[in-house]
Amino acid sequence: MAVAIRTDADPTRKPPGKPSRKPARKPSFIGSVWRSTVGKKAVMAVTGLIMLAYLVAHMLANLKVFLGPDDLNGYAHWLRTLGEPFLPHEGFLWLARLALLTTVVLHGVAAAQLSRRDLAARPRGYAHQRRRASYATRTMRWGGVILGLFIVWHVLDLTTLTVNERAEPGHPYENVVATFSTWYGNAVYITAMLALGLHIRHGFWSAAQTLGAGRPRRDKALKTAANVLAAVLTCGFIAVPVGVMSGVVS
Amino acid sequence: MRLTLRIWRQRGPEEPGALTTYEVNGISPEMSFLEMLDTLNEELILAGDEPIAFDHDCREGICGACGMVINGQAHGPERTTTCQLHMRHFADGDTIDVEPWRAAAFPVVKDLVVDRSAFDRIIGSGGFVSVPTGSAPDAHATPVPKPVADLAFEHAECIGCGACVAACPNGSAMLFTSAKVVHLNSLPQGAPERESRVLDMVGTMDDEGFGGCTNTGECAVACPKGIPLQSISRMNREFLRAGLKGGGRAD
Repeated sequence: MAVAIRTDADPTRKPPGKPSRKPARKPSFIGSVWRSTVGKKAVMAVTGLIMLAYLVAHMLANLKVFLGPDDLNGYAHWLRTLGEPFLPHEGFLWLARLALLTTVVLHGVAAAQLSRRDLAARPRGYAHQRRRASYATRTMRWGGVILGLFIVWHVLDLTTLTVNERAEPGHPYENVVATFSTWYGNAVYITAMLALGLHIRHGFWSAAQTLGAGRPRRDKALKTAANVLAAVLTCGFIAVPVGVMSGVVS
Repeated sequence: MRLTLRIWRQRGPEEPGALTTYEVNGISPEMSFLEMLDTLNEELILAGDEPIAFDHDCREGICGACGMVINGQAHGPERTTTCQLHMRHFADGDTIDVEPWRAAAFPVVKDLVVDRSAFDRIIGSGGFVSVPTGSAPDAHATPVPKPVADLAFEHAECIGCGACVAACPNGSAMLFTSAKVVHLNSLPQGAPERESRVLDMVGTMDDEGFGGCTNTGECAVACPKGIPLQSISRMNREFLRAGLKGGGRAD
């Protein structure tokens, strides 16, 4: 069926066969990575994996709460003296905080920019809706927002102790118990950890794809690893409020 | 078979469109989806109405011209092109929704016809290999290991129909572009442009307004040629490798 194509008449469309890229200038690696959708996704993957590695360490350290106040408080003190005398007191802690803040900001900014672009690329949806991707995949964006808000609350609650009414500086064990002695402390924390599990379930596998590690024969192993990581981290983190609620930790 | 069709009608690129309901009778299960639309169009022409515009060419599933979203799925319920989708996959009395590919980079021209020239521009920016001019080289002059040939051929199957873009919630062209990049980058014949190809094709893809990849996997489900989802990962690796190597361009 003959159909008139309007490309010639419309000056806003580029003529076919003519690449719109400016040729022959060697682009800087960082600049070209950040400008392209593939590169920005790689930034998200790398920052996501850094945060994931941190979360594994964080979760393992949290479990010290079951070893008693001296163990957890002693570990918290050791973290502050780590690297001395090469580093000043709390030097390692602040370096880690700076690195984590950078990764969170990069991850969030890249996600926001890519999401805006993705939504603009599909301005009109289909009238006929059908089954969509898995729950974890669909909730990456809002799950990420929830996790971002949770991090703010979590820092105000257990680092700056701003919103933790019965908290005392230098007593993390007692502060953790204080947080999880309130219903809202438990509700916020457990909701966020479930969101974290879903985020990791899609995010770890997706990061592997983005960094070029995806292969058909490796797919099952990557998905299994993502599920195991998500389950272990969620359960490990939730064990602390459950421990406080059940009286194992007090 | 008697069917109720709800088909997207739009007079032109800037005109508003709407789903319009049509009833068709006498459809045989052996008809292809396009033949069913031909039957409807004949009735529309006899009634003095404007026939439904849709793209089609080879009608044997190898050219990639035909394409429409049927009941929310690119090319309909079977893993094939619309021309090779037969009416036996529908039941008598069904209501079928037919819509054009939806993506910012694929503007609707008319009814179910979209402008896919953004794909041509992606191809134009790197989907080629340098060949020596003069006499044709011997076919066996460049040895290609069997696994490499198989990988390249698997990706060469892409017919550029755009179903991946239509299925992707982000209107992303990553599966299409990765099929082209992996096809040529895995072969020794494509090696001279290995870095510039992936950087330029991804650059053009971004410039054309396609979305990014969120690994939802809808594209690979919709692809009538079975290009695997992991092709995108292979292209990502090529992209990062090319970036680290400075893009293969001279200073």
